[in-house]
Amino acid sequence: MGEARLSSKGDTVNYEMVRLIEPQIPALRRYARALMRERAAADDLVQDCLERAISRWHQRRQGDDSRAWMFTILHNLAMTRLRRASQRPIHIALDDADAANFASAARQEDGLRHRDLVNALAQLPDEQRTVLLLVTVEELSYADAAQVLGVPIGTVMSRLSRARERLAKLMAAEPRTARQSPHLRSVK
Amino acid sequence: MMPLPITEDDLNGFVDGTLDPNRHVEVSAYLDAHPHVARRIAVYGEHRDMLRDAFAPVIDEPVPTELDLSRMIAERRLPRQAPRWAMAAAAVLLLSVGVAGGWSLRGMDSPTSEGVQALAREAAASYATYVPDQVRPVEIRATDRDVLAAWTTKRVGRPVGIPDLTAAGYRLMGGRVVPTEHGPAALFMYDDDRGTRLVMLARPMKAEPALPMSLHAEGALNSFAWADHGLGYSLVGAVTPDRLHPLADEVRRQIRSEA
Repeated sequence: MGEARLSSKGDTVNYEMVRLIEPQIPALRRYARALMRERAAADDLVQDCLERAISRWHQRRQGDDSRAWMFTILHNLAMTRLRRASQRPIHIALDDADAANFASAARQEDGLRHRDLVNALAQLPDEQRTVLLLVTVEELSYADAAQVLGVPIGTVMSRLSRARERLAKLMAAEPRTARQSPHLRSVK
Repeated sequence: MMPLPITEDDLNGFVDGTLDPNRHVEVSAYLDAHPHVARRIAVYGEHRDMLRDAFAPVIDEPVPTELDLSRMIAERRLPRQAPRWAMAAAAVLLLSVGVAGGWSLRGMDSPTSEGVQALAREAAASYATYVPDQVRPVEIRATDRDVLAAWTTKRVGRPVGIPDLTAAGYRLMGGRVVPTEHGPAALFMYDDDRGTRLVMLARPMKAEPALPMSLHAEGALNSFAWADHGLGYSLVGAVTPDRLHPLADEVRRQIRSEA
């Protein structure tokens, strides 16, 4: 870091970039992990995102919110990868991956419920999963989520609504729950 | 006054805490009166909390070294393509040794075509006009990159890629459309924050749609010019050829990879 090739102006720009982006890295990793599920794949994605942010920093429009800007870059990169991955069949033992990635829940009961929920989340279509994560976990405003996803707010709302409905259905149909209420299984 | 009907958006807003206080009260009252909906909304809230909890551990993890932003920026100052650049510089050196006389005005791919010489002249003229301009070196600034791209595309008659030279330490300042003997051209200007400015000019090359890169010199001004797919490009600056050449290569690489 003792490189002194940049003028003070360049250093000011870099300082500003570090000041604005660095605090966001944990949340960017969280969103990436939730989408990619695997730790290595997620961090790889975040690394790409940071590199892109560094090279495009000067293109940012004045007044752009840096958080929405970063999430937009990350989201677009993630969608490209997921689309590419969906063209090839992937075989990941999801339960194992999740056990390793989200195993730090203090109580086992919580751990199991989280695993069920994360598995149910994975079954949502990308457009529902992403909006749900951005709004609930990342706590983006609807407007910022719309910017990240590149859709109107109305679309954010309808996707969010469908995502919640679907997740609730999936969770209600979880095997452990179904065992307790066999009637649910005989329907359809 | 009749309250507005409760919508799904209101219910989601209730879960996410985005409703204004009045609406919140109305939705609360609605949920009290409709236990079936209230149960569904309670589940939504529960799922929100569970999702937050499930992914919360990621936040507490130490950030891996590869994601150290300051380090990444520092490494970019030594461009990642260092080996390739070093090779380009070495090639330039060998070539200049080889021709013994060093760099000629003719360029390295002789005989240089008439068209590419005209292009290099036009680029040098634009450089001489706009680079010293203190007030308005560019008409559209880099912050309005989309506007610049749309304008140059429209006037040149086809899309002209705006190269990104950040990794080499040159920041896009912006650009404009400029006149040439061969019609409107796109001009993009770059600055290295130490006062060195580069100009890239692009315009259609009707007679010679593809030409190898050649060097042109005019006093302290050097330019590399070439043509690809019917567009001619010239990168010009008061920079030595061995420093300008890798930049021109990078510009050509980016434009080719975008095409």
